[in-house]
Amino acid sequence: MEFLSYLISGISLGSVYAIIALGYTMVYGIAKMLNFAHGDVIMVGGYISLLSMSSLGLPWPLAVILAMLVCTVLGVVIEGLAYKPLRSAPSLAVLITAIGVSYFLQNAALLLWGASPKAYTPIIAGSVKLFEGQLSISYVSILTVFMCIVIMIALTLFTGKTRMGKAMRACSEDKAAAQLMGINVNRTISMTFAIGSALAAIAGVLLCSSYTSLMPTTGSMPGIKAFTAAVFGGIGSIPGALLGGVLLGIIESLAKAYISTQLANSIVFAVLIITLLVRPAGLLGKYVPEKV
Amino acid sequence: MARLKSKNDSPLVPMPSDAYIPQRDLGKTPVLEARHLGIDFGGLTAVDDFNLTIGRTEIAGLIGPNGAGKTTVFNLLTKVYQPTRGTIMVDGYDTKGMSTVQVNKLGVARTFQNIRLFNNLSVEDNVKLGMHNQIKYGMVGGILRLPSYWKQERIAHERALELLSIFDMQDMAGAKAGSLPYGAQRRLEIVRALGTNPSLLLLDEPAAGMNPSETAELMENIIKIRDTFQIAIMLIEHDMNLVMGICEGICVLNFGKVIAKGTPDEIQSNPVVIEAYLGKQKEA
Repeated sequence: MEFLSYLISGISLGSVYAIIALGYTMVYGIAKMLNFAHGDVIMVGGYISLLSMSSLGLPWPLAVILAMLVCTVLGVVIEGLAYKPLRSAPSLAVLITAIGVSYFLQNAALLLWGASPKAYTPIIAGSVKLFEGQLSISYVSILTVFMCIVIMIALTLFTGKTRMGKAMRACSEDKAAAQLMGINVNRTISMTFAIGSALAAIAGVLLCSSYTSLMPTTGSMPGIKAFTAAVFGGIGSIPGALLGGVLLGIIESLAKAYISTQLANSIVFAVLIITLLVRPAGLLGKYVPEKV
Repeated sequence: MARLKSKNDSPLVPMPSDAYIPQRDLGKTPVLEARHLGIDFGGLTAVDDFNLTIGRTEIAGLIGPNGAGKTTVFNLLTKVYQPTRGTIMVDGYDTKGMSTVQVNKLGVARTFQNIRLFNNLSVEDNVKLGMHNQIKYGMVGGILRLPSYWKQERIAHERALELLSIFDMQDMAGAKAGSLPYGAQRRLEIVRALGTNPSLLLLDEPAAGMNPSETAELMENIIKIRDTFQIAIMLIEHDMNLVMGICEGICVLNFGKVIAKGTPDEIQSNPVVIEAYLGKQKEA
């Protein structure tokens, strides 16, 4: 029973990682860049939802929608101001810029909202009790897993069946050819950032609801772990992000429970290193050797 | 299209008088007019003083030895490169400052010398990507599957199959583009370009790697496409049977400059062209 409860909390944590990992993986797939500021967009989403519930007194669904809107705009603005001018620059320049944007967001949050952790009231309280009260699953966990599944299905349909989704896949394969077919690559990239950032806002709300506290650095550790999850599952692949996220969540949760709380993070990253040694492109990634 | 200049108000240098277009296209705005076009890469002049007029329904050829700058001309016409000098008029509109996407919307589509399909997408989806700007529904409509989505997708589906049927490829619609045999990939590139609804189709070595019977079939299909869609086609090709067989006007490029222009007969007997291809004849 204990195992089951750790497993469920692992799946729930992993679902949050998966939602965040989607943002990394989509942006990487299309813009071929690592957006290290993605984790901090989660934190902004957390603050916006918290403030709109506590200061504006909005009900939580509205707060979530507001957070998604703000993060979408933020994501598009970051892309337009910081990354778009570097489209033809070496990838290292873009990477450094992304790290810069990450620190900028953290420090802006520090300035605006202070360094002290704020208490975050979960958007749904309470839990469901099973097996005569031996196993309790919080509603937040259930909501998290449910949201993750809904987002996955929506994104799979979007990229597989709609014209914008297919344009995104075309851009990820060959930007120049896509452009010559009349596809606006810049708009497609902005769109990817918009979707990724809206997802980050949802992840922010879910993450804060399960940890019940929020500070300017809240986003960075889950951000890095979600990035790990994206690489673990195969960066650029949407099902890979789901698989990597959930597996990582389960490994972390079980490692905390049965091995050591302090070592949990080390174990998570050790698993990543071992996976990459065996499968350099991640679990679901395709390793295509360069044709000579 | 508000920012486009009309053909009447552009203060352009006049076209040199050697412009050639077929008789039937006279009196109509040429689909393409390149005037004194040139591009430098650093100190190297890749193309210089390139002038060409293509009639509305002309099949034109661009030939020349390797490295003559033929693909560079295509890249200029599609704005992959912005020209250093000169003007490109498409359908009478000046394309100055336009991007690749804008020129494509104006009606210029192309294929590539080395095939560049979206290999992980299906054949049908490749064609639909060509039709990207003609399929109209929003993101919300797409995610929620509103009626607009189904209607537009059905139209796109039918049109894609119709275009594929030109090359008898409708049965392959569901296959991944990357899994097609080479010849079919080349044909799919043409279909995808046709999906953008062009008025000028640029084909970069369409017969490369094809055997003689495939080339013969391709020649028939190029003429069929021109007749069906009433568009102009310009092709780069090394297969002289194809070029001399279907092109009405031919432009010969060497070292980035036009060395000859004319009908296939004129080109074949032009000593300058023969010299460019075979080298100078020794004096006996």
